[in-house]
Amino acid sequence: MAPRKSAAKPDVSADQLKQFYRDMLLIRRFEEKAGQLYGMGLIGGFCHLYIGQEAVVVGLEAAAEEGDRRITTYRDHGHMLACGMDPRGIMAELTGREGGYSRGKGGSMHMFSIEKRFYGGHGIVGANVPLGAGLAFADRYLGNDRVTFTYFGEGAANQGQVYETFNMAALWALPVIFVIENNQYAMGTAQKRSTSTPDIYTRGAAFGIPGEAVDGMDVLAVKAAGDKAVAHCRAGKGPYILEIKTYRYRGHSMSDPAKYRTREEVQKMREEKDAIEHVRDLMLSGGHATEDDLKAIDREIKDIVNKAADFARESPEPAPEELWTDIIADVAPRTA
Amino acid sequence: MATEILMPALSPTMEEGTLAKWLVSEGDSVKAGDIIAEIETDKATMEFEAVDEGTIGKLLVAEGTEGVKVNTPIAVLLEEGEDASDMAAAPAPQARENKAETPKSAPAQAKAPAAPQSDTSPDWPEGTETEKKTVREALNAAMAEEMRRDDTVFIMGEEVAEYQGAYKITQNLLDEFGAKRVIDTPITEHGFAGIGVGASWGGLRPIVEFMTWNFAMQAIDQIVNSAAKTLYMSGGQLNSPIVFRGPNGAAARVAAQHSQDYAAWYAQVPGLRVVQPYSAACAKGLLKTAIRDPNPVVFLENEILYGRSFEVPKLDDFTIPFGKARTWREGTDVTIVSFGIGMTYALEAADKLAEDGISAEVIDLRTLRPMDTDTVIASVMKTNRCVTVEEGWPVGSIGNHISAVLMERAFDWLDAPVINCTGKDVPMPYAANLEKLALTSTQEVIDAVRQVTYR
Repeated sequence: MAPRKSAAKPDVSADQLKQFYRDMLLIRRFEEKAGQLYGMGLIGGFCHLYIGQEAVVVGLEAAAEEGDRRITTYRDHGHMLACGMDPRGIMAELTGREGGYSRGKGGSMHMFSIEKRFYGGHGIVGANVPLGAGLAFADRYLGNDRVTFTYFGEGAANQGQVYETFNMAALWALPVIFVIENNQYAMGTAQKRSTSTPDIYTRGAAFGIPGEAVDGMDVLAVKAAGDKAVAHCRAGKGPYILEIKTYRYRGHSMSDPAKYRTREEVQKMREEKDAIEHVRDLMLSGGHATEDDLKAIDREIKDIVNKAADFARESPEPAPEELWTDIIADVAPRTA
Repeated sequence: MATEILMPALSPTMEEGTLAKWLVSEGDSVKAGDIIAEIETDKATMEFEAVDEGTIGKLLVAEGTEGVKVNTPIAVLLEEGEDASDMAAAPAPQARENKAETPKSAPAQAKAPAAPQSDTSPDWPEGTETEKKTVREALNAAMAEEMRRDDTVFIMGEEVAEYQGAYKITQNLLDEFGAKRVIDTPITEHGFAGIGVGASWGGLRPIVEFMTWNFAMQAIDQIVNSAAKTLYMSGGQLNSPIVFRGPNGAAARVAAQHSQDYAAWYAQVPGLRVVQPYSAACAKGLLKTAIRDPNPVVFLENEILYGRSFEVPKLDDFTIPFGKARTWREGTDVTIVSFGIGMTYALEAADKLAEDGISAEVIDLRTLRPMDTDTVIASVMKTNRCVTVEEGWPVGSIGNHISAVLMERAFDWLDAPVINCTGKDVPMPYAANLEKLALTSTQEVIDAVRQVTYR
């Protein structure tokens, strides 16, 4: 692959590049393994893989600080890995086991970690957008300077509640970053067949919300845009929109016949735009790492993923009594 | 080590498929993500990708083979440095066995119904001084008291602040608590219900007022999918301490889109608390409980009741627990079960029936989830007859549920079929005479009681 120019100047440290490479690779290998386990019948139902979009969450998590919150839709495995959730707990939730984050009761699309301030994992397209603004509302009410990353796809960007939320978020200056992960296909419908505007972030202008488009295959560009958006929110200036142009290599879900785009289109993205290859090239050409260094990282990641898969297979199914737990909270709630 | 590639499941329901085409040959090297085969499921032809890198050692299933079961080995993948002689040792990635064991269902014979446990303690201690208050004043006082008690309680909704509430339930709250805690929203139910749920996850205790529950249909996804289910979906990590409240059911002459009782709709949803108070005291005690509850509460008020006055105890902190019905009137001949505005028909009917020597026991359910069916059963064991009263539609009504519970747990005590008095199975008409016909009435309750008591 020919080296690409990064939109942001690569004045980035070797450590940071290494972290980006590692974090993105973890997501990719984890998702490949999840696809494999799905094929074996170990994971059921819907399973939406994040392969191709890794730079989005990894770049933005690098812009986040302790105490910031994040919420997304159902293509959520990458977000959970990027914010530091345990791959074993995620994989075990995919297999519907006791060791999963939701003890097997949520599955791929419904996972949470209050410890990591990850608020789901939501299966209803668009519904997480007001929820994310609500989290930001709480932070503003409580008087802290935390921000909430609210991720949704370009498909969700056509839901009415997104614009209801834009209006209130701008009106009340909520510290929320609306991250539109534009992977160009809402399930099987290409953006130009579903969406009247080519640049969705421009819709924020109607509400006075600033925004910009970002190259989502370049983790450095994503990080730089994230820094800017975070600074805007933390300064109390209200919401910000990042439309991150990205691409998913795999189908919408595991049961996607892929008839709506050509194999050549996917292949071209993989070969010319891949975000992991990009960082790999930066590291090698910049003398930040050797092939052997990268191989060591590959092995480390493979080991983490295999251990997660083993855990997810060995963890028992939830006890039958679990059917009846967690329906009603009967104690005072946790402090958020 | 060589590994077997297994026939993949490519949809949630796939059990077998056709191996339509191989896109690789033996000896080809592949890397993760390469498409190696096309597989036909019952729904579509799908591309199947390699998940590991290596060399295709052997294709075990010929292309064109139909009915290949999921998890059947279809090829062998060799790792770097391996050749065909390593294939014998290829372990298949362990697939999950199809568990064919039958679910352990409960034995067919019914358990002996548990004896009902009815809590008949009064709502406030005997001798407590009371004062006359309207339901409106009681709801207003409940919110004000809880907002004084807890800084994280706030109210949001249309016209709750500067307008002082479309029905004046939030009157004066803006003056006392300020615009930070009494928040006028745009007309955008779906959006602000979602923001409310998110805020409840962020450490606050929102009260979301819907101008009427009819408009909350635009927000029902957030109430059910986001608020009610998240505790379960998160394995107990994330609860939603939020109150959704507002007037519910028919008001007067506002016709079909503004006149609907949602009691049965929300009472069906696990994860919600559902409250529908009748009196001012119940409205106050239950709303205070609702605001403190760690779960999402659907609080169904009634516009016609807002102006009615009842005795309310003069207590500093008066609450009523969920799941405790109130027996308004004791009787021996029939049990009338109702809630909310239905109680007006039930109590009026009981007065008139008493004049004819029929003694009715009248129970106010107050909370529909959890529902105090024990108090109903204990009463029916005494009276052997039951009539239910509500303004909502008849199909899948609260009365239907009570009837089923009585059949299961008190069948042998029933001397007559249970009758459900409900709203009629029509959208609410506008014309005054038709509207009256569409609702249930005191006369219908009296007729039903006469029917079940054969008098």
